[in-house]
Amino acid sequence: MKAWRIFFTGVGGQGTLLATRMLGEAALLTDIPVVVSEVHGMAQRGGVVESAVVMGAAQSPVISDGEADILMSFEPLETLRALRKCSSNSLVISNNSPISPFAVASGREQYPDVGEMMRTVSNHVNRLIALDARSLAREAGSELSVNMVMIGALMRHAEMPFGREVVETVLNTKTKKAFLKMNLKAFDLGFQA
Amino acid sequence: MHELLTAQPGSKKLLLGNEAIVRGALEAGISFATTYPGTPSSEIGDNFYRISQETDLYFEYSVNEKVALETAAAAAISGLRTMCSMKHVGLNVAADPLMTLAYVGVKGGLVVVSADDPSMHSSQNEQDNRYYAKLAGLPMLEPANSQEALEMTRAAFELSEAYQIPVLLRTTTRVNHSRTPVEVGLLQPPRRTGAFKKDPFNLVPVPMVARRLHVELLEKMDKIGTEASASPFNRVEGKGGWGVVTSGVSYNYVADAIRELDMADRVRVLKMGMTYPFAGEICLDFLKGVERVLVVEELEPFLEDKLKILAQENGLTLEIRGKGEGLLPRYYEFDPVQVKSAMARFFQLKYQPAKVEMESALPQRPPNLCAGCPHRASYYAVNKALGDATAIYPTDIGCYTLGILPPLEAADFLLCMGSSVSSAGGFAKAQEEPVVAFIGDSTFFHSGITGLINAVHNDHNFILVILDNGTTAMTGQQPHPGIELTPEGRQPPKVDIEAVVRGCGVDQVETVNPLQVDKTVAVLKEMLGDKQRPGVKVVISKSPCPLFERRVTGKKQKVVFRVTNECDMCRRCLDELGCPAFTYCEDEEECAFISIDEHLCSGCSVCKQICHAIKPKKKTA
Repeated sequence: MKAWRIFFTGVGGQGTLLATRMLGEAALLTDIPVVVSEVHGMAQRGGVVESAVVMGAAQSPVISDGEADILMSFEPLETLRALRKCSSNSLVISNNSPISPFAVASGREQYPDVGEMMRTVSNHVNRLIALDARSLAREAGSELSVNMVMIGALMRHAEMPFGREVVETVLNTKTKKAFLKMNLKAFDLGFQA
Repeated sequence: MHELLTAQPGSKKLLLGNEAIVRGALEAGISFATTYPGTPSSEIGDNFYRISQETDLYFEYSVNEKVALETAAAAAISGLRTMCSMKHVGLNVAADPLMTLAYVGVKGGLVVVSADDPSMHSSQNEQDNRYYAKLAGLPMLEPANSQEALEMTRAAFELSEAYQIPVLLRTTTRVNHSRTPVEVGLLQPPRRTGAFKKDPFNLVPVPMVARRLHVELLEKMDKIGTEASASPFNRVEGKGGWGVVTSGVSYNYVADAIRELDMADRVRVLKMGMTYPFAGEICLDFLKGVERVLVVEELEPFLEDKLKILAQENGLTLEIRGKGEGLLPRYYEFDPVQVKSAMARFFQLKYQPAKVEMESALPQRPPNLCAGCPHRASYYAVNKALGDATAIYPTDIGCYTLGILPPLEAADFLLCMGSSVSSAGGFAKAQEEPVVAFIGDSTFFHSGITGLINAVHNDHNFILVILDNGTTAMTGQQPHPGIELTPEGRQPPKVDIEAVVRGCGVDQVETVNPLQVDKTVAVLKEMLGDKQRPGVKVVISKSPCPLFERRVTGKKQKVVFRVTNECDMCRRCLDELGCPAFTYCEDEEECAFISIDEHLCSGCSVCKQICHAIKPKKKTA
């Protein structure tokens, strides 16, 4: 069995931790060895939130620089910041809808050009899939479902050790009933994107 | 029902290390648990809290870690299986009772969890708490993943009870906050009530008793030490002439390195799960069977030093290395490439880490006080009240430490929980600048009160601002003695902060609502200007954490604020308040304007009070 090292990054409040947990549950359901690592505490409150899912023939809860097979980034500036995790073999799935950090919002710094950033990323890695996950999430019912859109895109573009139906089963059993319909729709929109 | 109670024996669950510890404790028949919350340990207490609502388990959020351990010690002496959990620096607070509890011992099993934080993800230092096991004389277990966290917790209770000694379960962030599959076992019913048997000549360590107890403790530890070599948690894996000794989360990095460096047939790994007392026999056997040894452990050379002593005592001359000399550092948590590189270098294997793209200078995204956070309003008011004057701002531990960032810059000195109050007194005596100290409500109860009494007693001259947001916000909104908001509605606090402050002998006390800007500034100005009455002055700046208030009361937000075209771009909102709901924008003609993100705005109205161009509007869904 090979190893899957999937690094997640995003901004506090985007639901990256739920996304990593859903993948972890899908691995558990298919009996694939898995480690999900999260960072709690200071990382929230509008800061960067990084987490990781490591599956198959690896058991370290941390992904080193240069060792991510897949980078799942929920925000384009954070995609560039996390590029150190990637190598020329990596697949990057990136939301291209920006969230300004405070230094940008207060007018003290400039947000880098998104197209430029995506080109830098694309030149460095094997494959880049950029999508407007925020719009798709809105289409599904709420911006809160960006995480489900991103998982949908992952299941479409990455060779994963389980199929989309396993993830849908997990969404059915592990997410809040009130959001299930929206989550499944967002997942599907991400898959189709 | 709580999912840690419903999980069927034999089934596999994806559990956080902290959840696995709780399940392990339930499988050991725990009946009593205490904590003071602190990352990365908080989910242990939070799960116990929820479970205690559904079972006979007694759980409390104690006022601080010392109190938590002393409360737990009484339960354990009364025969109940008890857990006391905290973050690594919490054990410093609890160190006083811990040292003597090792002498006095326990009757029911007592497991003390120390959750260390290498790399300081959420901490002010990264001390290696394994030395507490050595310092106090306590057995210690170190899990590498959630499955081990469960099994070691269960075993720790057995060991504790068998030898009547508290056991230290030492974890690190990557164990506490990783989820791995766990096969759960059978739940044991708890002992419902304990019983205390008077035994003063073993339980009251006056000098003549303590002298005997210390010798007994050392004998106990010797006995456990001989058994440690047979512990299933200390085991040798693989075969070959090269040796690696490792413990805790580092074991995973070693296992991955062996696989990826393709060295499985050449290396033997001594995986240490019980790391104190030192398992001399198995370690000596291991050292005798290999040519050279690399010790892979995060932070200090705890095992490495012991192994070197063991080799010296037994006349072994093999090379034992770990820290320094281009191998592994004594700081930060490890990562897989770091361990792979160290192993490749030490065993002279070819390995080239993947080329890494260097980060260019990107706008940083540090965590920030939330939109509508009352701490921002308090800091704004203090800065305003001072005007062009400056003051020293000793601060404390909580969300409000984020006030360090511009534009508020309201943090000048910090050591640990409670240090704001005591250091403020020191600054006031040692130099001339005025001193305004900040402490949160939960931190005030934790260890601010003694400092305040000291300040009154010694005539220290400063202003203390108690930032009372009605909860322990930073670690996940746990309760404290002064809470008023509960799911059942607003209730009078069990312990009223203002009454405590007055009870400490402070007579210049004002309670303000920081969301009323002018009033708060006026109160602060008066206190700062009042040179006639020296002494400690206290402002209780009281307004609930909006996230907490929304969660508990379900209160719906009615208004948001917007910037009207009366805005003259003075930028005071951005440069003095720094609320993350504000954005500086430019339109197509590069004409600058300021807007407020309606989704982020919490409707606190502070910005409206400092700028005439900001107006309320009805919040749309």
